[in-house]
Amino acid sequence: MKRGLPIFIVAVTLVLIVMAWFQSGGAERREMRSASTPDQAVRLMLSQIQSRNYDAAYARLANRSDVDRNAFTREFAGSYNSLLTYASLESFDVWGLHSGDQEASVRAKLHYSTAVGPLDDIRDMKVEKAGDTWKVFWPVSTGPKLPPQVIPVNYLRWDVIQRGASDDWGVQNVDSPQVRIISMNAIQRPDSVVLVGEVVNEDSVPAYVNVGATLLDSRESEIAQESSFDKIAHTLLPKQVTPYRIDFPNMRLEKIKKVRMDVKALLVAASADPVIEVSQQKVETDPLGKKILSGQLLNQSGEIVNIPHVIAAYYDSNGKVIWVSDGYVAQALLPEVPVPFAVDVPPDIAKNVQTYRVVVNHYETNSQT
Amino acid sequence: MRRLITGAIVLLVASVAQAAEIHPPAQTTAGNPISIPSSGSGDATFYLIGPAGASKRQVQAGSDIAVDSDQLEHAGRYVAILCASDGCASSSFFVNAAAPNRLSLLVHPSRVPVGSGNGISTVAFVFDNFHNLVLQPEAVKFSVQPKGGNEVSAEREGKDGVAWVRLTSAKKEGPTKLGAAIGHANEIRVVQQVAADACNLRIKASRAKNNYLIETDPVRDCSGNPVPDGTVVSFTMTDSAGKTTVDVPIKRGVAKIEMPIKGRARVTVASGVVTGNELEVSGG
Repeated sequence: MKRGLPIFIVAVTLVLIVMAWFQSGGAERREMRSASTPDQAVRLMLSQIQSRNYDAAYARLANRSDVDRNAFTREFAGSYNSLLTYASLESFDVWGLHSGDQEASVRAKLHYSTAVGPLDDIRDMKVEKAGDTWKVFWPVSTGPKLPPQVIPVNYLRWDVIQRGASDDWGVQNVDSPQVRIISMNAIQRPDSVVLVGEVVNEDSVPAYVNVGATLLDSRESEIAQESSFDKIAHTLLPKQVTPYRIDFPNMRLEKIKKVRMDVKALLVAASADPVIEVSQQKVETDPLGKKILSGQLLNQSGEIVNIPHVIAAYYDSNGKVIWVSDGYVAQALLPEVPVPFAVDVPPDIAKNVQTYRVVVNHYETNSQT
Repeated sequence: MRRLITGAIVLLVASVAQAAEIHPPAQTTAGNPISIPSSGSGDATFYLIGPAGASKRQVQAGSDIAVDSDQLEHAGRYVAILCASDGCASSSFFVNAAAPNRLSLLVHPSRVPVGSGNGISTVAFVFDNFHNLVLQPEAVKFSVQPKGGNEVSAEREGKDGVAWVRLTSAKKEGPTKLGAAIGHANEIRVVQQVAADACNLRIKASRAKNNYLIETDPVRDCSGNPVPDGTVVSFTMTDSAGKTTVDVPIKRGVAKIEMPIKGRARVTVASGVVTGNELEVSGG
């Protein structure tokens, strides 16, 4: 009996260790160490990236001599406080596109878990056979590098001094900015009701804007209340227009008699910098067959934009906003370095899209790595 | 609470008892001391219950009871009660606001587009030195002093302590001082008259190094005022490569952007809900 308990504890510990090893993909890694197929080579590399073992993943590359180790790591771990630095690779799907004796193409869909929600990334990889094993041929990064330089910035900045607590009653305060909802459209989606539209800052000062909506039924009682949350460019410079979208999950349009819109605007300190160009905008079909609006972002300022957020409004032939979609961009925007983006467009909406407009939200942190 | 109960009991007793009498003046002015004659004899307790407080002290019945000015700073109804050994007597009197000497001036909005009819609301609340609203009709002098212009003033009589005037903003942008004066009080607020929406927004294109430089003419409103720097102008260019949009803030009166253009392209411009002209350009 005296020996029984220690033996039992040791046995349970061993079982737990084995379970943990299986859980962490150890068995899979062991199985694929040899990477006898192109899929296995990609899976092995991605599972090592998933466990943040970038050196091991790098060692799996066929063209290590051409690929910079740090650049390869930055592809997955992020840099300049980009969204990927606040993300982890949660899972991935891999399937072959083309397979030959010595070469193959493999597509991987990476599912990241980020600070702002899930983020998907699709990569097509070339895989080569080296001896008995397959190795990933990583594309050499040819992106422009940011040379050391001084970029003079002389855009406006607005600072705000509000009325102090010690000021007498009746002392004038600075008014909140005048903002206006210029359009609103309620759309029934399969699983929700969505309100989309646009807001303009009509004032000569910047505004921090948020749009809320309350749904009322036929008896004028409230049935739901939501806000645009991050589906809006919150900071609006004078005369700037932003799309907004408010989702009401599990709601039917027939239930709604009235919608009460509420736009709140606060006077905030803001800068007219950075200016971001959105070029090569196109509605197209991605490799997975989904309709997307793709394009390219170009930061025209000297300030690094750590996390860009793209919001797109789609209009029908009457100029009515029929959809708003958004997406975060995994890479930071370095000055004058173009970065591609893509946001989804539902297929039933895409066929009615006549034109579209993209605005870019930007989030900056002070420390840059 | 205790004061209220005490006051209520004292009032009740005073109403049923026949005793020493007090004769305060029917009305007085805030901040002025008064003397309340009383009848009777012996030690008595004097209560003074006002709109903002109550006090109690020992007095001699039959003598004049002095009430200091600091006890009569709040306008409203006061009740004076004198309780002697033979019962309590009470009498009420009113304290009116003193001469107007303070103003609370509310001007709205703090920014207004030029040429807004009745766009500026100016409301003055008239108070005395002790923050009592002066309900008697008093003339408040309102004045407008545009930047670099002459002062214009007009008097408006207050009603129940409030005087107001509505103003149309000028055609020229810039700060304007709005003032209100009464007694020794003279309050000034500043309203920024800002350019209205852009008017006749126009762009032109010229060749830059490898790109096209698209820039606006100086952006002005319909009164000719320059639209403030920082106002966003949206450029949209559509060519064979797709659509390009850039939101550019106005800097030194104009907004400009360099765009690479391939083949024939159409460039449009807008600021807020105002749209400008369209350009057709051909790139390399």
